[in-house]
Amino acid sequence: MNFRTALLGAAAAFVLAPAAHAERGADGEVKVFYYQAVSTLNAYLSSGTKDVEAGSLVLEPLAGFDQDGQLFPRLAADIPTVENGGVSADLTTITWKLKEGLVWSDGSPVTSADVKFTWEYCTHPEGGCAQGAKYEGVKSVDTPDDLTVVVTFENPKPYPYQPFTGGTAPILQKAQFEACIGAAAASCTEQNSKPIGTGPFIVTDFKVNDVVTLEANPNYRDPAKPAFGKVTLKGGGDALAAASAVMETGEFDYAWNTQINPEQQAQMEAGGKGTFVNAFGTLVERIEINMTNPDPALPEGERSTIKHPHPILTDANVRKALSMAIDRQTLVDVGYGGAGRPTCNLVPAPAFQASDNTECLTQDIEGAKALLEGAGWTDSDGDGIRDKDGKKLALLYQTTVNPVRQDFQALIKGWWNAIGVEVELKATDPSVFFGGDAASPDTFQKFYADVQMFANNFDGTDAEPYMAQYLCDKIPGPDNQWQGENINRFCDPAYEALKATLSTTSGIEARGEIVKKLNDMITKDTNISIPLVDRGRFSAKSNTLDGFVMNSWDTELWNAQDWSRVK
Amino acid sequence: MTERGPETVTASVARAERVRGPWADVWAQFRKHKGAMMALGVLGTLALVCLVGPLVWRIDPNFIESDTVKMFKMRNQGPSFAHPLGTDQLGRDMLARMMFGGRISLAVGTVAMLVAIFIGTAVGVIAGYFRRMDGLLMRLTDLFLALPLLPLLLVMMFLFRDSISGALGPRLGTFLLIVLAIGLTSWMQAARVVRGEVLALKEREFVLAARSIGTPSRRIITRHILPNVLSPVLVAATLGIAAAIITESVLSFLGLGFPPDFPTWGRLLYDGIAEIRTYPERVMWPGIAISLTVLSVNYIGDGLRDALDPRIRGR
Repeated sequence: MNFRTALLGAAAAFVLAPAAHAERGADGEVKVFYYQAVSTLNAYLSSGTKDVEAGSLVLEPLAGFDQDGQLFPRLAADIPTVENGGVSADLTTITWKLKEGLVWSDGSPVTSADVKFTWEYCTHPEGGCAQGAKYEGVKSVDTPDDLTVVVTFENPKPYPYQPFTGGTAPILQKAQFEACIGAAAASCTEQNSKPIGTGPFIVTDFKVNDVVTLEANPNYRDPAKPAFGKVTLKGGGDALAAASAVMETGEFDYAWNTQINPEQQAQMEAGGKGTFVNAFGTLVERIEINMTNPDPALPEGERSTIKHPHPILTDANVRKALSMAIDRQTLVDVGYGGAGRPTCNLVPAPAFQASDNTECLTQDIEGAKALLEGAGWTDSDGDGIRDKDGKKLALLYQTTVNPVRQDFQALIKGWWNAIGVEVELKATDPSVFFGGDAASPDTFQKFYADVQMFANNFDGTDAEPYMAQYLCDKIPGPDNQWQGENINRFCDPAYEALKATLSTTSGIEARGEIVKKLNDMITKDTNISIPLVDRGRFSAKSNTLDGFVMNSWDTELWNAQDWSRVK
Repeated sequence: MTERGPETVTASVARAERVRGPWADVWAQFRKHKGAMMALGVLGTLALVCLVGPLVWRIDPNFIESDTVKMFKMRNQGPSFAHPLGTDQLGRDMLARMMFGGRISLAVGTVAMLVAIFIGTAVGVIAGYFRRMDGLLMRLTDLFLALPLLPLLLVMMFLFRDSISGALGPRLGTFLLIVLAIGLTSWMQAARVVRGEVLALKEREFVLAARSIGTPSRRIITRHILPNVLSPVLVAATLGIAAAIITESVLSFLGLGFPPDFPTWGRLLYDGIAEIRTYPERVMWPGIAISLTVLSVNYIGDGLRDALDPRIRGR
């Protein structure tokens, strides 16, 4: 071979390079930044999102959620439903079929025994599984043959897709984790940091709380994927540094959870090396209204309990006026930018269960004033604060210590002052506020304030447990150690009845309709909860990374097998 | 301790036939300390601006433009004639906020210091003068010194905030509680220093003389002991102001201080940190104010110590 042919060969190689696109590992290395560093790859041992997401590169569930919140099969051959016979008519069993010919990254076959083992691993009484909720209500998991898994529930489950779905419930290899069950789970360092999986990548090196290096899984089920041969998953720093690494310096291809303020977002985007990607899930920043009296003059144990209804907030007109006075778009522009959007719903997504309630999106100060005036709240003593029957429209408004929330407090206080409501602000350390300590007066369950602001969401796409929070028997109080999710102390027989219907209804669409009604009862009909901002996931991706699809229903690395380098 | 005591100083002053009291002497000496004089000027200016400023600069520190279009235009402005220190992320005037915040921070610093000094001096004098009380009080001091202060402060705020706020209103209530909490946890150094001084003083001839003519203890303490421990007390007091301002910042930082719409220097600093990259001046203004105050107060303390110590005076 003379020099000329060598040159020709080299030139041909370059020309042919794009054709080699669909070859595993052809696109080299992809660098991913999780500013909260990864500490384990076993999702069952960590409730940290970062660990679950990193683990999802290696371990897979039977089915995952796509960007629209729809289930799609991963290890399963298809999604079982009542129609295709996969879910029994009495809603107590679900039968999953595994894809044929699946192998672990070590070459051994994936069988139903692995699935059953995963359930045993997470529900072991000594194990302390972080994702136990996924397997709640499961009576047994049976394996009639190597590819069939039958999950039996204790009670009929209208939504049977909790176990083995999503990044928080991946399937573990029985052979690898057999010795790690129960109390031994946490001490299996080797297994937890280098799990054998079915996902597109395998771990080559794991430095706890620092860097994870992975390479393409030679046994991945699609021979053309993944396009990247190597993944470096780096931890450390903060959201700002992470955003900068992708958007300004271009050192990384993707950075997770780059929640920074709108001004910084604009500044980063000017860097031109990447774009911000968002996806909206169910996390809603809202103001919750206390239907009971938090007056400090009441004896301890009676404050904020159903014994004493709230003197002013039980008036539906006042609650409606408070909601009307708020300009939600301004809140988004000040606090979240691309990471938020205004909403009037507690259940803003997925589309099949989101109510088309948009009435509150336009601020109406004059309307709110007129409403209060009409309801008899007038400023009779000329001090700028409305009153009625000797009761002043004065509120204590609490939230956690957080710069964005303090800005919201200041803005909302201004609007409420404008309609004649006096507002006193309070901010509590978040670890105390959400700490749930029954002895602390500052927790959100105790609600020793008139209104409070925080964000809440629900896991997955099924809103039923979330809507169940507003049932009468979930009201926190001294008799249940202030444990209960119905922090508004809302109690409505019509709501109870509708929620009971939801528990016996199957079928995604039908359930969605009921959820919409329940959502409207809490928001636009009664205004006991005033939704403000739908907060999305917000990450940064490089312009040279192709195939990335943001997902708020599963891990953000859910389709890492489809990523490639822009040519 | 064989050098001239204050009594002999007054004697020497009388001999020099100069008609001036002991305070004039202190002032004369203080004026020689350049740093202290400069610090006094700086602190005086800061206090004056905070006290009188809001009467001249009549913008409400919590005013947010209700028209959102205007509000967005007014956000994050740099220094200008309309807003000499710029505006914050909601378009609030930083100068007004700084002056309002300064009133609170300086008031907290001064009052908390007075509380701490009162307790510290009382404990120190009693422990030093009455031998029987010494062991008990000093162990109490040790106990307080050994306690981790921040958790103690947090527990105090946690236990009493609601009851005091209920009785006095949230603002006065929080002020009183913060001042008391800081005062009650920072008197120990003063107590130890004062006790040491008192132990030495009570063996001195003029105290013995007073005792020998039957002066009651109360009289000896007020007439002879207290004037002589003034110098360490004043020094401890000035340092206490600085510590109290910083402690208040810490409490604000943890959400246990004043309500969030109540700007103090500590809170302004905390709010500014979120945007330190884009608007560093928002951290700088309160940061400079706190640093200047603390530095000035320390220099004044230094100058006072020199001026009040007759052994140094005149050198």
